[in-house]
Amino acid sequence: MADLPKADELFKSINYTPPSTGWMDTPADCSPGNWCYPAKAEKLEYLGFPNPRDWKPSDVDWKLPENWQDIVHQGFKERLGKYRSLKVFMDVCVRCGACADKCHFFIGSGDPKNMPVLRAELMRSVYRKDFTMAGKILSTLTGSRVMTEDVLKEWFIYFYQCTECRRCSLFCPYGIDTAEVTMMARELLHLCGVNINWILEPVSNCNRTGNHLGIQPHAFKDIVEFMVDDIEEITGKRLNVPINEKGHEVLFITPSGDVFADPGIYTFMGYLMLFDHIGLDYTLSTYASEGGNFGLFTSADMMKKLNGKMYAEAKRLGSKWILGGECGHMWRVINQYMDTMNGPANFLQVPKSPITGTVFHSATQTKMVHIAEFTADLMKHNKLTLDPSRNDHIRATFHDSCNPARAMGLLEEPRYIINNVVKNFFEMPEQTIREQTFCCAGGSGLNTDEIMEIRMRGGLPRGNALKSVQEEHDVNMMACICAIDRATLIPLSNYWAPGVDVCGVHELVGNALILDGEKERETDLRLNPLPGKEE
Amino acid sequence: MNALYSLVLVFALVLLALFGVGSAHMVKLFGISLPMVAVAVFLVGFAYRMIKWAKSPVPFSIPTTGGQMKSLDFIHHNKFDNPVTPGQTFIRMVLEICCFRSLFRNTKVALKDGRVTYASSKWLWMFSLMFHYSFLLIVIRHMRLFFEPIPACIGWVEMLDGILQIGTPRMYMSDVLILVGVAFLLARRLWDAKLRYISLVTDYFPLLLIISIALSGIYMRFIAKVDIMAIKQLTMGLVTFHPVIPANVDVSFYVHIVLVCTLLIYFPFSKLMHAGGIFLSPTRNMPNNSRIKHHENPWNDPSIKPHSYEAYEDDFREPMIEAGLPVDKEA
Ligand code: SF4
Ligand code: SF4
Repeated sequence: MADLPKADELFKSINYTPPSTGWMDTPADCSPGNWCYPAKAEKLEYLGFPNPRDWKPSDVDWKLPENWQDIVHQGFKERLGKYRSLKVFMDVCVRCGACADKCHFFIGSGDPKNMPVLRAELMRSVYRKDFTMAGKILSTLTGSRVMTEDVLKEWFIYFYQCTECRRCSLFCPYGIDTAEVTMMARELLHLCGVNINWILEPVSNCNRTGNHLGIQPHAFKDIVEFMVDDIEEITGKRLNVPINEKGHEVLFITPSGDVFADPGIYTFMGYLMLFDHIGLDYTLSTYASEGGNFGLFTSADMMKKLNGKMYAEAKRLGSKWILGGECGHMWRVINQYMDTMNGPANFLQVPKSPITGTVFHSATQTKMVHIAEFTADLMKHNKLTLDPSRNDHIRATFHDSCNPARAMGLLEEPRYIINNVVKNFFEMPEQTIREQTFCCAGGSGLNTDEIMEIRMRGGLPRGNALKSVQEEHDVNMMACICAIDRATLIPLSNYWAPGVDVCGVHELVGNALILDGEKERETDLRLNPLPGKEE
Repeated sequence: MNALYSLVLVFALVLLALFGVGSAHMVKLFGISLPMVAVAVFLVGFAYRMIKWAKSPVPFSIPTTGGQMKSLDFIHHNKFDNPVTPGQTFIRMVLEICCFRSLFRNTKVALKDGRVTYASSKWLWMFSLMFHYSFLLIVIRHMRLFFEPIPACIGWVEMLDGILQIGTPRMYMSDVLILVGVAFLLARRLWDAKLRYISLVTDYFPLLLIISIALSGIYMRFIAKVDIMAIKQLTMGLVTFHPVIPANVDVSFYVHIVLVCTLLIYFPFSKLMHAGGIFLSPTRNMPNNSRIKHHENPWNDPSIKPHSYEAYEDDFREPMIEAGLPVDKEA
């Protein structure tokens, strides 16, 4: 992060006037800082991905396979046949530009190739050349071009500057989803062995250890014990947390970021306290200890392979249904892909809250309930004993994570929960929340340090909105329902709105919950003194 | 540059028609053969493109949601931005197609006083609506040339369109509005640096073509005052497949028809197919109900299995036992 410019300098450097050279004549900048580190050869070998080798994107020679053009062409053709979305999106864009200034990466960089329309044109230009008659005859006039090594490099740079957040899709009159285009482009890049380590390493970890951080089962248990200790210190109560146990009603799966990283662990403590409070019959699993699916960022097949663990484990443990933690792309996958790929899971039952008796009809098919739905229902039925004043030192706002917002529509539940446990809650400006929410700029496997400037640029819209509620309402905490957010929003807020912290919604719940037989609390889950309890 | 190429192209078409009708032979070509071919190409091409799209499956349910999903009873469900039933999805599509709902959301980003600002920007929405509806009205009005007797509804549209009663012959609102609409779309493309940057010949060409069609139509009506009865004779001849070329049809008519035919032929091979594609866009035309109902992926590969629990346990059995975690198979 050493050479990251100051926030106001970076802001001043943004210029929305495109360069004088046409975009086809402007090669992508492949110097360091513009890309994430490429995947290590051993990871590709382990996963059986093609062309494992040592290479750097700043090298002239990317050591592509001999017939890489052919590979891309065939791969493209195959996907046009498999996905109507790709086919239609390649054809119907009218270049109206409605999407142009909707992408956080464009807003923060001014780089025209970060306009969703042009990002997709990088791929469309090749499509026109290879698959349309006009493009074959009239080349440049119709905006078509030959797939060269420079084009491939450009793809790599710009399709790894898209977080697949779908904000552009919301504004497009035809619903063209550049995230879909990005997913396809990344699949094609994978075919030539052009990929990044921050995605492939988690994928290979998920496959073997069950979670993307590579936490092994015994270590997982240690970490949970550690949190149980902390909870005991705070509440005086020792919780029992079942792991890998058969015969429990609910299997709880959350992104492993919550188990491992600060501040996710506080959210995790919140879950555990909630389950204890209501006496939920549940178990965790170390085998299926990852809700987030990094396979989504590689290929449909890998996504399927990783997600299969959730149902497999529920079956092995004999659970009745699955409860899912706060995670963005985990829920995108569950909502849009899970049952299609890995279902139907008829060995499970339609989820029913054992506490309130509510049947979750919205999960009739997948048998998976989002913890925000679950908790909101508990609150509605007054099943929780809460003391919101324990959150009085928190002035909160809420960041709608892209995936739950635009690929699911989970907007009200977290707000309902927050309003029940925090007195001071403030919304960020309208154009930056709910379905119009702005990405953390580190999603889809981009939350790595070597592209910090790109992330901070992409984080500008969110950071700006945050700063405005910080100035107006003294907001000091941004709640969110995504584990990647909990990792990526911290550098973002340090940069754009220093002084604002990040938490999960269930951390706030954990603070407010009054457990049976607990002692009087002196601190919140972060071991900070509660209001009025300072020395 | 791209705009210029397109302009040249459209001029060339006009000239082609102007010189073309010089010889009687070409009149037949422009008045009869070309329209027949153009309509055929349009219809077949349109259908071909739609079928080609429809042939690719929609493996996953990927709607872009624009509001609260259907969940708990006490949470208000945003039915039309986040539909779960086919009926709700239908209404979402109607709103999209008839009211350009997504464009209505449009905002414009600017950098002001160290802040990113978002201002509502409905210009594009307004002018494209204006353009598309005028186009529709004009097409409907023109249908009078292809029916005998003329259906009453066409008469009503015509009457409404000319209700302002300005000038003789009466001015149609749609003629003015379509020009205003297209002019805006063109000006926007030329003015906005971002748009100019992404615009291709294929973006300017249809706009200029439509402008020239509208202008030639207006010229025929107000300046050349062409003989409508003669033209109707010609068009009726075409639809009844007994083509005739009446005398005293002004040359401006042939210019008009060459341009229209170009548009028809160009349509199925270009971005104008957004008119058909919008119906097939999976992010809009699907309900958000894949947690509720099974969605079938025809190429879902059953041989893709997760890394098995057995293999996992084999890998970690000893530390698991040591840590007191339950195992399926003792060491
Ligand atoms: S909004 Fe849609 S149609 Fe318009 S330029 Fe963007 S992708 Fe193309
Ligand atoms: S999906 Fe998100 S990151 Fe990607 S182009 Fe669209 S707005 Fe930008």
